[in-house]
Amino acid sequence: MSQQRKQWPLYEVFIRARSGLEHKHVGSIHAVDARQAVEHARDLYTRRQEGVSIWVVRSSDITASDPGDAEALFEPAKDKIYRHPTFYSIPDEVKNL
Amino acid sequence: MSASAATVLSASTDLRFRYAVHLGDTSLILAQRLGEWVGHAPALEEDLALANIALDLLGQARYLLSYAGEIEGKGRTEDDLAFLRDPSDFTNLALVEQPNVDFGHTIVRQFLIDAWQLELFECLQGSSEPRLAELAAKALKETRYHYRFSSGWMVRLGDGTEESHKRVQDGLDSLWKFTSEFFAPGAVDEEAAAAGLGPDPASLRAAWAANVEQVLTEATLKKPADVSYRWFGKRNQHSEHLSHLLAEMQFMQRTYPGVQW
Repeated sequence: MSQQRKQWPLYEVFIRARSGLEHKHVGSIHAVDARQAVEHARDLYTRRQEGVSIWVVRSSDITASDPGDAEALFEPAKDKIYRHPTFYSIPDEVKNL
Repeated sequence: MSASAATVLSASTDLRFRYAVHLGDTSLILAQRLGEWVGHAPALEEDLALANIALDLLGQARYLLSYAGEIEGKGRTEDDLAFLRDPSDFTNLALVEQPNVDFGHTIVRQFLIDAWQLELFECLQGSSEPRLAELAAKALKETRYHYRFSSGWMVRLGDGTEESHKRVQDGLDSLWKFTSEFFAPGAVDEEAAAAGLGPDPASLRAAWAANVEQVLTEATLKKPADVSYRWFGKRNQHSEHLSHLLAEMQFMQRTYPGVQW
C-alpha cells in the first residue's frame, strides 16, 4: 500500500452566540474543505443552541505571536493600569461591555 | 350516529394510524442504522454528524409513533410501537433497513432517502391533519441539512479518488433498486393521499429524480437502470435485514419487559 493516509486539514471554529455579540473562538475540527468545516462545526459546537453564526478558518492561515516574544510584546503593558476602565462607573443599561 | 358514519370515522382513524406508523418506521429504522456508526465512523467529526442525523430521525419517529398510539386509542405508547412490534408489523421503506456496509454505501442510502424526504415533507406540510403538517415543517428543516450533508459527500466521494468513486458507485448500484418503492402505488401512502393526509407517492418522483440526477452528474456517478421493486416495505414485506436490526434494537424491552432507565 503506497497510498498515504493523510489527516484532514485543521480548521479553527468561531461561534457567534447571539446577534450583536462577536464571534468567539470555541475550538477546532478537521474537515476536507471549508463547506464541510462549517457542517462539522455546526454538528460539534451548536448542538445545544450555542450559536447563530459560524466562522471557520484554516488553522494554517493563522499567524500567531511567538511565545519567545512574550516579554517584549506583553510586559510593557503591565505597569499601565490607567488603561483599565476601572475608573469609570458603567451605567446599568450597558450590556455586553 | 349511523353505522356507516361510524365506519368512515374508524377507517379514517385506522388510516391515520397506519400512515403515521409508516412514516415513523422509516425514520426509526434509519435512525437505528445510523446509530450503528457511533464509535465506528471514519473520523470523529463524521461520527458526530451521523449521530446528529440519527437523533433528528429518532425525534421524527417519536413524534409520529406517539401520535399514532394516541389516535389508535388503545393505550400504546411510542415505546410499545417501537419495541414490541414484530418485523412483519413494520412498514418502513425497505431501503432504510439495508445494512451500512461501508461509509460510501451509508452515504448513498442517506442521500437517496434525504432527497425523497425533502419532497415528502415539503408536500406533507399541506396535510389535512394538522399534527402531520406540524411534523413536516420541523422535519423539512432537518432534512435540508441532512441533504446538504449527504449530497456533499456524494460529490466528494464520487468525484474523489478511484477507491472512493468505486465504493459509492457500488453502493448506488446495489441500493438503486430500492428507490422504486418510494413512488410505487398500492400501499398506505396512496390511501393517505386519497384522503388528503399526504402527497401522492408518484407525484414526488419528478423532483426527486431531478435532484438526484444533478448530484450524480456532479459526482461523476452513473445512474443505474430503473428496475421494479422486489421488496415492498410499506406493505410489510421486508428483507431479512430488518429482523436482525430489530432483534438488536428491541432486545432490552423484549428481555426485560417494561424496564426503565
